Amino acid sequence: MNKQVELKNKRIIASKHVKLGQKNRMDQTYTDINDIFFKAEQTPNFLTGSEVIREAIKRCSVGTSVAYPITPQSEAAALIGEIYAEGYLDEYFRGESEFAVMGQCAGAAFGGHRVFTTTAGPGTLRAMENFPMWAGARLPIQVCVTCRGVNSPLSIQPDTLEMYYLLETGMLVWHAETAQDLFDFIMKGFIVAEQPDVHVPIAVCCDGFFVTHTKDTVDLPPLDLTLTPYDPYQNPQPVMDMETSPIRMMRDPFVMKSNYISYATHASWQQEIKAAVERSRKHTIPLLDGLIDEYNADRELLIVASGTAVSQSREAIRLLEEEGIKVGLVKIKTIRPFPTEEIRRVTKHAKHIFVPEFNVVGWLAREIKAIIPDNERVYVGPHVCGGMTMPSEVIVEQIKIQLGMETTPLRM
Amino acid sequence: MSQYQVLPGPEAFLPPAAASMGNVLPDPGEAHIEGRIVPEDEAYEVFARKVLGAKVPTIFPGPLVLWKWNDHVAEKAKAIRELANEAPMRIIPMADYRPKYPKIEAAVEINPNHPNLTIWHNKIDVCIFIGVHCHQANLSLKIIRGGTNCYTMAMCAMAGHEDACLSFRDADLGKIRKLIDAVKKLKSEGVESQAIPFKQFKLSRAGLVDQSAN
Repeated sequence: MNKQVELKNKRIIASKHVKLGQKNRMDQTYTDINDIFFKAEQTPNFLTGSEVIREAIKRCSVGTSVAYPITPQSEAAALIGEIYAEGYLDEYFRGESEFAVMGQCAGAAFGGHRVFTTTAGPGTLRAMENFPMWAGARLPIQVCVTCRGVNSPLSIQPDTLEMYYLLETGMLVWHAETAQDLFDFIMKGFIVAEQPDVHVPIAVCCDGFFVTHTKDTVDLPPLDLTLTPYDPYQNPQPVMDMETSPIRMMRDPFVMKSNYISYATHASWQQEIKAAVERSRKHTIPLLDGLIDEYNADRELLIVASGTAVSQSREAIRLLEEEGIKVGLVKIKTIRPFPTEEIRRVTKHAKHIFVPEFNVVGWLAREIKAIIPDNERVYVGPHVCGGMTMPSEVIVEQIKIQLGMETTPLRM
Repeated sequence: MSQYQVLPGPEAFLPPAAASMGNVLPDPGEAHIEGRIVPEDEAYEVFARKVLGAKVPTIFPGPLVLWKWNDHVAEKAKAIRELANEAPMRIIPMADYRPKYPKIEAAVEINPNHPNLTIWHNKIDVCIFIGVHCHQANLSLKIIRGGTNCYTMAMCAMAGHEDACLSFRDADLGKIRKLIDAVKKLKSEGVESQAIPFKQFKLSRAGLVDQSAN
């Protein structure tokens, strides 16, 4: 970076929306994100992850939400329908399929609405073509991905493989560990994604069931505060309408013309989307208090994880501590942008790096291996998939095996 | 800290986006010069020196200042014209973002899909984008840096452009007027424009109508 991004004030540039301070039809006051999270009193509530999604959307001034049922996000989608009936959203309807839903979300976003939807597993993959389309069109739509298995034979249980498919779509990809993360990420995600220098879609991911269907204590800001609405005039490009004069920019679709310069344009366009994702660091770091959290990260044994694998790792670290084995922990909050410099820094002195994951390929370990020196230090796993749980004892066992210590094999 | 400098090209067949090289945009009150974050006031003088030292300094006004979306736009447009007269600088519009087929009129227009053609045709060595949507400005700036030796600048109404060699942010009428003031100040100190003599052309919907209008 040519400039260090400061954490000290934990604020991003405040909203200048004309409606700041005004009330909406639900008697909520349009409020700057900094004031909602860093000034307003937060009250503890005992909620499921699905209910947390509902509570976040109540406070996000969402214009349109499009729903389609697929476990484990169906409950959240239904709850959003309920708050639509109460008047919190302008538009809510069921699409014909996930592919249709994401297209309908694009239409609403092109029209200037703040747009939110949810999907999971096979739904994410069915909708896949739309995600790079959203990014290329600079649409700051938010999709909450409640991760589950994607392959046949079908599993509705948690599995983060679908996140791997999202990594190069040009979207921001954040991974919530807890229901609190999920609430914070949804609200903060809109603000980061809608910055004019970012303005790309965001996937706020969580592990299905573990987060969506378990209850947790979540601190919520008052319900009479809501985000300032999306401002379409902050869009870094004009609305892509085929015939809106004078910006009929797509009437001659440049990607279809076979000459060199059109491809150069497309290349520059793709670079610009990646650049937009990079620019989000500056806005994300103060809002999320950094792209990673670190706990005793100066230790020689380090676990690096995201999502609920972090929670399992916390307990594993406690168990290891009882045996005198000290292990540090790094929690990755944003997968895109990937916290490259942060990971290089915290792993500098680590001799063994363990990356527990809920997917068959170990994509997070690959990401880490790709960016650090001496990457034979990275142990790809333990990882489980298909909806298996990952008992903390499995992490303990794998670390001990790697260290050449005696273990008692775990049986299912 | 990124060591990547945003310098005039030709840099590469496909130069990287400066943001992907770690360059961060300026905060309010700041600008950047070749990737280095500076107080905004420092950048006005550099702008003026670049413009007065160039042979073909050119303003590329975009749709946000060419079309009268609101009254502020008309004020900005007048100030841009004043800047062009003061320096002097050529005005070549980026009226919209459609690719031009079968061929762009490189003498009188620029397009984000092949901006290098206009730079090459007119031998533009210094330019400033004003009123171009950020996405299209960034497309253009990378292509220009890739294939030409033009020093690029941007007066951006939002967060600025890492891919320009120099960029302001939060552009408004006052900041455009500061550009004029910076040029006037240097001229009053004896710095003379090196621009090759020219006259602004005039366009209508039918195309070029007057090569010598001013």
